[in-house]
Amino acid sequence: MEVVEKKNKNKKYKPILEDIPDWPVYQLSKNRKEFIESVAQKSLAQIKELRPTTKQLLDELQTTVYREQQRMKRNRWRVDPVDEPAFWAAIKDELVGLDAKPSEEAQPKAEELMRRIVMRYANEIAGNFKASSYKVTREIVKFWFARLLNGARVKKFGAFFRNRYTLRDKIHIVGKAKHLRNLASKGTVIMVPTHFSNLDSILIGWVIHSLGLPAFIYGAGLNLFNIKIFAYFMNSLGAYKVDRRKKNLPYLETLKLYSTLAIQKGAHSIFFPGGTRSRSGMIEKQLKLGLLSSTIEAQRMLYMDTPPGEEVRKIFIVPVTLNYHFVLEAPDLVDDYLSVKGQERYLPEQDKYGSWQLLQFLFKFFTKGSNISVSIGRGVDIIGNYVDDNGNSLDAQGRIIDTRDYFVSDNQITIDKQREDEYTRMLSQKIVSEYHRINRVFASHLVAFVAFEMWQKMHAKLDLFGLLRLPEEDQVIPYEEFREACKRVRKQIYTLKEEGKVYHATHLKGDIDLVIRHGLDNVGIFHLKRPLLLNKEGNVITKDFNTLYYYHNRLVGYDLEKFI
Amino acid sequence: MTSKSLSDDKPVGVIGAGNFGSVVANLLAQHRQVLLYARDPKAVEHINTRRENRGHTMLANVRATSDLPEIANTCDVIFPIVPSQHFRSVIRQLSPHLHPYHILIHGTKGFDLTLPEGQTIENTAKLNRSHVKTMSEVIMEESVAVRVGCLAGPNLSKELAAGHPAATVIASHFNEVISLGKRMLRNEQFQVYGNNDTVGVELAGVLKNIIAIAAGALSGLGYGENAKGLLISRGMVEMIYLGRALGGNTKAFLGVAGVGDLVTTCNSSLSRNFTIGSRLAKGETLQEILATTDEVAEGINTIRIVKKCADYYKVRAPITNTLYQVLFEDLTVHQALRYLMRYPLNVDIDFI
Repeated sequence: MEVVEKKNKNKKYKPILEDIPDWPVYQLSKNRKEFIESVAQKSLAQIKELRPTTKQLLDELQTTVYREQQRMKRNRWRVDPVDEPAFWAAIKDELVGLDAKPSEEAQPKAEELMRRIVMRYANEIAGNFKASSYKVTREIVKFWFARLLNGARVKKFGAFFRNRYTLRDKIHIVGKAKHLRNLASKGTVIMVPTHFSNLDSILIGWVIHSLGLPAFIYGAGLNLFNIKIFAYFMNSLGAYKVDRRKKNLPYLETLKLYSTLAIQKGAHSIFFPGGTRSRSGMIEKQLKLGLLSSTIEAQRMLYMDTPPGEEVRKIFIVPVTLNYHFVLEAPDLVDDYLSVKGQERYLPEQDKYGSWQLLQFLFKFFTKGSNISVSIGRGVDIIGNYVDDNGNSLDAQGRIIDTRDYFVSDNQITIDKQREDEYTRMLSQKIVSEYHRINRVFASHLVAFVAFEMWQKMHAKLDLFGLLRLPEEDQVIPYEEFREACKRVRKQIYTLKEEGKVYHATHLKGDIDLVIRHGLDNVGIFHLKRPLLLNKEGNVITKDFNTLYYYHNRLVGYDLEKFI
Repeated sequence: MTSKSLSDDKPVGVIGAGNFGSVVANLLAQHRQVLLYARDPKAVEHINTRRENRGHTMLANVRATSDLPEIANTCDVIFPIVPSQHFRSVIRQLSPHLHPYHILIHGTKGFDLTLPEGQTIENTAKLNRSHVKTMSEVIMEESVAVRVGCLAGPNLSKELAAGHPAATVIASHFNEVISLGKRMLRNEQFQVYGNNDTVGVELAGVLKNIIAIAAGALSGLGYGENAKGLLISRGMVEMIYLGRALGGNTKAFLGVAGVGDLVTTCNSSLSRNFTIGSRLAKGETLQEILATTDEVAEGINTIRIVKKCADYYKVRAPITNTLYQVLFEDLTVHQALRYLMRYPLNVDIDFI
């Protein structure tokens, strides 16, 4: 007995730009050398502005060298280039005695050293998009996914080579897909997805391809490039490298300028504005403002640099939520979250999974009915106004706004850092509220939320950590009560949907018993310890409060607690 | 950074030719050309020919108009100074002509109330921040203007007009707005401070009206300075509690727009709020008072709104609550005072 999703309407989209050579990301990699040169030049200028005196510049160089040498000593990765120690040792040698020299002499030398550093960083960050390997990757992924799907689902000899199922049956794309395609051909799209799982970037890559969009660039953690096969895929998809170990000013400036300039050149980009995967399972509330501010800066620079008479390329931000029944890393993520939040009150249990579990997961994912949905939100401009299909920004009354005016003071475009910081804050608030609005509620989210809140209510005197420490085997919720609470919360979710505050999957409708069944069958489906089950008497039990809490968090922020 | 010269030829707009509006127009006119909007064409005529409005002599730099779009089309910087009841509708009329480059600095101390269809302030069950908005929030909701600020502080129109020393606060999230406002308003007798907590400063300006009514009541009962000291300090604490519940920070209340404005209002027997309190103390009812005055006292509306918000957010607000009972139920001022003096609360300061 399975609750059937409404017939999947996902259709295939034609590519909006036929030839890869037309893609902005291709253009970027073709002119890689000049591009890196200009990134390095601008970073150097920026650093000089931030460290105006020779002394400050020298201090910065010394700090950078020191930190880099510490990093190499403590935390070296396979992906790090072999000439690294030599490079930094050379810089260190040349720095010696420089601060004793008069600044006319030291300044050009310091600038030269800084230039070498940012040049090295820019080279390291830059992506390496190759049209041929992009095509190969795309075909490999498509081929193997199809094999897995068909081999696992259709139990007949030879099914392995059939094409009855495709990934489109497994992953639902809902929301403003056409709108997104329109925007991508009118301007530069910055996609900002929620981040729950390491699968997200692969998933988003697939979504972009299946919507017929050209490849997007995105910053991928350098650690992923340690694995050769990953590195191959990443390079072919237009990823650039972000090294989270490096926190020094020259690196951060170079990284920021790389993405700003790429956006300015029209490369569609992906940012995970939450920064890292959501540890708690909640939809992100605090976003990293750095990357968003580079978007605003890029738009302002486009307005300033575009010659009069030419049309200015607009930047559109498109929020996307990824909705899962199951997040592979959930137990680890929530452990992280709880140990940070609870400090000494929380003692994590060790519960690791190995590669065997990963394979099991992949197999189950393709055989069982655990679907994923991707909701695409409406595009907004750099300040958070909705845009129409033609890319015009609209105000609340539907009147067209000239985005340029946001940067204008006294009839001309001005650079005002504080103003743009404020715009960044406004944009980030808008993205967060859009996330909540386009979020799709699954049956599994509903049951996890209701069950956890009911336990919380039964033990009203316990704080979160007290609750999580309860022995799981003693905790039972009578099915009838659970069913009623689910009905009440579901009704409120319907109301919220009417008000345009959230979406829900089609499987949430219909007979509540079936919906609950669907939810229980799917919530955290492949964890060793299931967050929610029915016992022999048909009542609700849990094997793991922590992961239950994690899945419950998905519906936090909608004021649904009152309906328990 | 580009710098702006004060000799810039674009005029500054002021919307609302009331008492405070006229004074602000004159302050601005010391540096710039000013375009002053008045709804009534007769008033416009009067200002432009006689150079006089509500007893204020208008400077030569001020030109009046009854054409609202003209204000938006000719001015980049606009000061809306209209009573809170009309504020939203004025901004709505102005909105089609506004652009994101406009800078709006309002000078209205009051709340905007938007209730669901069919509900009134009397019969609504609950009131929270989704219904109650400050004026800067109204501007942001109704128009594309984002560079918004507010003007608040101890600014009695009469004293400003007479050129006595005074100060004001310009609050905005945007430093650009603050520094522009400073340059436009500042003169030898008028000091201008900046603050980044727009909502906090707005709330301070609104909430102090409640305490002003209470101050009027105390004076109507014939009590002196000890009582006033008590009221101002406890009133301050209440304002901070309410202000924080409604989205402001403590700091804004300790500055010119908070304590400064509160002390001034509680000492000024000329203010409308003060007069109402005083007449209540002498035994008149709200109906009787309203029948004999044509001017609006923001304080009455404020008490009504704040009382319901305090209930919703579970903030203790004894002064607001008892004043509410005096105004809208049948508590007398004497009973109210007795109640407050017995109020079981003896911690002096617990908000810092």
